[in-house]
Amino acid sequence: MYQILSKDMLTPTICRMTVEAPRLAAAAQPGQFLIVRADEKGERIPLTISDFDAKRGTVTIVTQKIGASSSDIIAYEPGEAFNDVVGPLGLPSEFTEMDADKLSAMRYIFIAGGVGTAPVYPQAKWLHDHGVAVDVIIGAKTKDLLIYKDEMAAVCDNLFICTDDGSEGFHGMVTALLEKLVAEGHNYTQAVAIGPMIMMKFTTLTAKKLGLPIVVSLNTLMVDGTGMCGACRVSVGGKTRFACVEGPEFDGYLVDFDEAMRRQGQYKAEEAEANEKHVCKIGRGK
Amino acid sequence: MANRIPRVPVREQDPKVRATNFDEVCYGYNKEEALLEASRCLNCKNPRCMTACPVSLQIPRFIAELAAGNIAGAAAVIAEDSSLPAVCGRVCPQETQCEGSCILGVKGEPVAIGKLERFVADYSRQEGKPAAENAGAKAKNGHKVAVIGSGPAGLACASDLAKWGYDVTVFEALHKAGGVLEYGIPEFRLPKDKVLKHEIDDVRALGVKIETNVIVGRTITIDSLMDKEGFEAVFIGTGAGLPKFMNIPGENLNGVFSANEFLTRNNLMKAWREDYLTPIHAGKKVCVVGGGNVAMDAARTALRLGAEVHIVYRRTEAELPARREEVHHAAEEGIIFDMLTNPVEVIGDEKGWVKALKCIKMELGEPDESGRRSPVPVAGSEFEIPTETVIMALGTSPNPLISKTTQGLETSKRGCLVANEEGATTRPGVFAGGDAVTGAATVILAMGAGRTAAKAIDTYLKQQQ
Repeated sequence: MYQILSKDMLTPTICRMTVEAPRLAAAAQPGQFLIVRADEKGERIPLTISDFDAKRGTVTIVTQKIGASSSDIIAYEPGEAFNDVVGPLGLPSEFTEMDADKLSAMRYIFIAGGVGTAPVYPQAKWLHDHGVAVDVIIGAKTKDLLIYKDEMAAVCDNLFICTDDGSEGFHGMVTALLEKLVAEGHNYTQAVAIGPMIMMKFTTLTAKKLGLPIVVSLNTLMVDGTGMCGACRVSVGGKTRFACVEGPEFDGYLVDFDEAMRRQGQYKAEEAEANEKHVCKIGRGK
Repeated sequence: MANRIPRVPVREQDPKVRATNFDEVCYGYNKEEALLEASRCLNCKNPRCMTACPVSLQIPRFIAELAAGNIAGAAAVIAEDSSLPAVCGRVCPQETQCEGSCILGVKGEPVAIGKLERFVADYSRQEGKPAAENAGAKAKNGHKVAVIGSGPAGLACASDLAKWGYDVTVFEALHKAGGVLEYGIPEFRLPKDKVLKHEIDDVRALGVKIETNVIVGRTITIDSLMDKEGFEAVFIGTGAGLPKFMNIPGENLNGVFSANEFLTRNNLMKAWREDYLTPIHAGKKVCVVGGGNVAMDAARTALRLGAEVHIVYRRTEAELPARREEVHHAAEEGIIFDMLTNPVEVIGDEKGWVKALKCIKMELGEPDESGRRSPVPVAGSEFEIPTETVIMALGTSPNPLISKTTQGLETSKRGCLVANEEGATTRPGVFAGGDAVTGAATVILAMGAGRTAAKAIDTYLKQQQ
């Protein structure tokens, strides 16, 4: 069993938990993810790893309440345990295997959207710890939905905030802020976007316009996460790839985002039905 | 006299009824039926059935015990060679193995060895007698062996090693032990909680530890197992889990699934049950592409979820690689067979969902290297089958996760691990068997390979001491 050691709500719908998973914590690297199955009847839900501590044997996960399964995960309290936590899954970020010379010449700009901010954290932290230049943009609809501001500020050179409604930081989309930063002379060599599929699509279009290479992290549907089911297949450069074992990070220029977004909605009808029937577990045992 | 009794027929659920539920198709024998069928065995001096069994089950011996009414004795004989008799009695292709070699089959019908094995296993389980008690495990010898994968190969290997006193840990990537028995074979052929769970518990009762949620190649590596965790030998029984696709246009449309995805959702994740959260999509009409056992399983699952189901296969019914029994059961249940038909494109609607499968008619040409007449497209014969869902059941290949993350482990061009007849790979101390070595085959061949490798591991570790 995988015990929950701590829990805090980052926004009314985004929850952070630290979970005991010693083998996973010892192996995790930036860019990888994990799968949680809350209880016997639950789905296997892929979640990003927002931190890991090999010494304590813990991983930190950040979950946004979307449907029945994510609501169930969020309903767990410290002291309780998930049935299953498995990982790390996927390949580590490319930079973890780059040679030092090449790495020191890089200037990274991360573009983090919503709950996608959480998995940016271990990446920025790794680069920062290795002395690589890292800037981060965190974007959200409004200031109450911004997460990981303080944590991120500690692991990057410059943190830029932007909100759609202008309630904090730059008023506008992350794409507009990215263009502004490049115009102001920030000479980034590599962009990394993690967030909703639509945000990654438009950030990629902007990066392309700016001639900036961009990596995106795809949150596709998955069952096993080990290459068995193929639910996560995505077209990259015209070839079908499995996001679970060949990703989750791909060259943004090559990803067919429209197909990826369409495939993400494949079980919408079934999920809507499940949500209707679902009995919320928040507050159980009280 | 005994051989004049005709083979005792086995009772099955009515096809019309079972097409709407996930209960087991075959009821198996009751005690009277089993004893009568057992009495047909001639107890041959040279038992060809036993030679034909990949795990060398002592078939005449267990049947003799059964015929004498000693069911516990029969179970003990089986337990010497197999930890999964209730599984094998259900899913083995007996017609080409033990029963295919039975002397009674020359003039009449062979002894129903599979159904008898199943009866002994089911009866013992219902009586609550664990097989481990019968098998008599030896004292622990303190040597640690890691088994990767808890499917048939891994469980067979782990069982033998545990019986010989080894300290065995099985690492399973999924959340439940059983491998393909759990995620691949449907409930109506192999009940999970009623049957499979008990046989895996029997393996645990031998002292085998099973650690789920550990992906070797990601969570840990073979190197870390051997260098840091003190495992002296490793057996890789990771099966053939990667799905194949046709690489035709439209294959990434919504509503196109691999049989692996469809079956895993239904079996491992229990999507067929209202109270489980994992969704599954069958729709009103489903085309399953392929003709093997997995295609039959996917088709019969989709049928039970309420769809009209077509099997689309490029050769004829005679070449279907699935077991006859499965094809027969599928046809009885109302699966429609579209033979000599090959998909060329999946056609989508404006929202990106499947609306039809475009196929071409085939005819049989010259025999290919496998001896089967190869199908050739009939020019200009393209047509569309309107459908909501397409399930690709074209076979599977081994997962490269381990071979990619382990030094010194050679693979073939097809991605299979290279191993000799004893199961030794190109890396000392690392053994392999089952689908990971052969590519997709059967449960029982994997079990046989697991047992062979167990012997080789025992020999290897004794040499090391």
